Amino acid sequence: MAEHGATAAHPKDYHAAKMGMWLFLFTEILLFGGLFLLYASYRHRFPEAFHAGGQTLDVFLGALNTIVLITSSLTVAMSITALRRGELTRCLWLLGFTIACAGGFMVNKTIEWSAKFHHGLIPGSEHMLGLPQGQSVFYGLYYAMTGLHGVHVVIGATVLAWVMLLIRQGKVTAQDYVVLENAGLYWHIVDLVWIYLFPLFYLIS
Amino acid sequence: MDQTDHQSDDLTTRPFFGPKGSGGPGDKGLGPASWLFSTDHKRIGLLYLGLIGLMFIAALALGLILRLKLMTPGSTLLSPQEYNAMFTLHGVIMVFLVVIPSIPASFGNIFLPLHIGANDVSFPRLNNFSWWLYVTGMVLAITSIFTGSGAPDTGWTFYVPFSERTTTNVSLAVIAVFILGFSSILTGLNFITTVHRLRAPGMTWKKLPLFVWSLYATGWIQVLATPILGITALLIFAERVLHLGLFDAARGGDPLLYQHLFWIYSHPAVYIMILPAMGVISEIIPVFARKPIFGYNMIAFSSLAIAFAGSLVWAHHMFTSGMSDTAVLIFSFLTFVVAIPSAIKVFNWLSTLYQGSISLDPPLLYALGFIFMFSIGGLTGLVLGSAGTDIHVHDTYFVVAHFHYVIFGGTGLGMFAAMHFWFPKVFGRMYDHGRAAWAFWLVILGMNVLYFPMFIMGLQGMPRRYYDYLPQYGPMQMVSTWGSWLLAVGLGLMFWNLYRGSRYGPAATKNPWGGATLEWTLPTPLPHEAFEGDPSAPEPYDFKGVNPDG
Repeated sequence: MAEHGATAAHPKDYHAAKMGMWLFLFTEILLFGGLFLLYASYRHRFPEAFHAGGQTLDVFLGALNTIVLITSSLTVAMSITALRRGELTRCLWLLGFTIACAGGFMVNKTIEWSAKFHHGLIPGSEHMLGLPQGQSVFYGLYYAMTGLHGVHVVIGATVLAWVMLLIRQGKVTAQDYVVLENAGLYWHIVDLVWIYLFPLFYLIS
Repeated sequence: MDQTDHQSDDLTTRPFFGPKGSGGPGDKGLGPASWLFSTDHKRIGLLYLGLIGLMFIAALALGLILRLKLMTPGSTLLSPQEYNAMFTLHGVIMVFLVVIPSIPASFGNIFLPLHIGANDVSFPRLNNFSWWLYVTGMVLAITSIFTGSGAPDTGWTFYVPFSERTTTNVSLAVIAVFILGFSSILTGLNFITTVHRLRAPGMTWKKLPLFVWSLYATGWIQVLATPILGITALLIFAERVLHLGLFDAARGGDPLLYQHLFWIYSHPAVYIMILPAMGVISEIIPVFARKPIFGYNMIAFSSLAIAFAGSLVWAHHMFTSGMSDTAVLIFSFLTFVVAIPSAIKVFNWLSTLYQGSISLDPPLLYALGFIFMFSIGGLTGLVLGSAGTDIHVHDTYFVVAHFHYVIFGGTGLGMFAAMHFWFPKVFGRMYDHGRAAWAFWLVILGMNVLYFPMFIMGLQGMPRRYYDYLPQYGPMQMVSTWGSWLLAVGLGLMFWNLYRGSRYGPAATKNPWGGATLEWTLPTPLPHEAFEGDPSAPEPYDFKGVNPDG
């Protein structure tokens, strides 16, 4: 019977819910995978341009954002433990902190992008067209990959806020917490993608 | 044959309404909302079937108009721009709205849970959501035709640099493709989880019907390949709207990389298209040969092998694009490898038929049509997969013929076979067998008259997608168009026969063909809750003591 879905004791099939989420995470990795493939190919073709491009990125801001996201991954994991122990208030605070981290990350990102725009690095602009070939591709990839990642940060934070609401409404509880667990898994993938993006763009110079 | 048997119009003989008081959707009335927001896998399957049918007819009409234009050389019927838009729409609608979802989303949804003894899929609400994504993608795709500055004219492959520069409504079309991909992913994810988690006790992996195996393999391709289509579509959108220049050669981008990304999805996608049809054929052949399937293990394994090897062959679409000779050699070799599991299936089906007690009912006719057409399509695929010959026929009508033999002759006939096989179980009535056979012969004749001349024209050098052609191709273009009319008449007869059957056909019995899989143990039409308690898992291809009733 172990393989046969929900049982009387567990009306929800936790294994199925987790399996579905993991399959979805595979698709997220492959979605970014297409871009990583482009990155690998172009970096192989334009090593100097990528080196020069990397030097224009702010390692401090990038490192700060890395710390922010890793911390938020920790707090989301702690929130799951808190919920399972029935410590609702602590769970909600930890989730709130996670969402705040997401906000901080996005503020940071906005500062970075604004600075780039300020220097005329706007996609499709005359300035970008005038850059050496490889650098144009470098910034194109930079905007595409960190942009898509930023969209995922916003989606992840929204999902966590929604789960907070469900917890407050008593629909996600110490006994029935798979929704939070899956939301946490999603947040980890957002973190994980950044952990690859950071060295590939900021630390290659 | 008189088939005006109006014997019962009460709800219980219509599909899936369930007896009153069962707590099923029947109790919630029959209004549109009870269908549109249904989480019942059977209703969702029917919703898909309806829309897929509608889209099929729309894209078929476009194809017929294209053939009519090509009947004679010169500028007739359509302007070149209209012609470009029309073959693009024919391709986009057929590929993304018809063939990709075809069998899995309709019959897969209805019968995968029943085959494994479950009352629904693992995530019923997600299932409904994926149908709504399909609807959204469909609406956006259709909107892209009538809004902006003209219908997309890139061909369904959206190749750069043209797709970045054309002023037609490509941006909206690729967003539609992205959303349709999402829908496909969620269906695949749902099926994989369902097969892992909801098999009835005793339903071991080796007792799974082969249709389930094929859907399981398809599910993995959907989950692992479709995201690449998603990012490719998003990149086209970003290139057009944000001008990132990632594929723009003037700025260091490489259009060839677009082709790689596109085919990393779109080649595995043809296995999303064909595997479920192979699953249907594996169900039908043993039932009508009254023999256990030959080589169950190898058929199941070959589905997984196709899914795996099929994801490694994408660049055989690019032999003339400017890759290195080494790459061409490797992808050519891998393409030959993937032919092996396909051939395994064909030989196993033929071995099942050998010395069987064959009854040539309509489902088997369509299944045999599949084997015939797929074999021609598959073997000509080897001509394309071998680098030397591909240089000669690349981007000619030969490719068009090959593709339509495999996808229309294969997946299309597989879908029609499924429709004739499961029709009585789904609609609770039976269609006219004689008319179904007539329709089959017209369809198969039409297909061959339509597509076979294209092989010859391709070998003679007729390029695909061209608006006009040299006079030397005139006679065969003419014959090909006649074939399209034959095919249309056959399909019209087939659909009309099925429609009539669903309205006025005699009530179907529980197991009209004598199938041994679980759905044939259920009442006809299917009740809302299929199984009360866990059914015991049968041997799916053991016909001892199982006979057609009625």
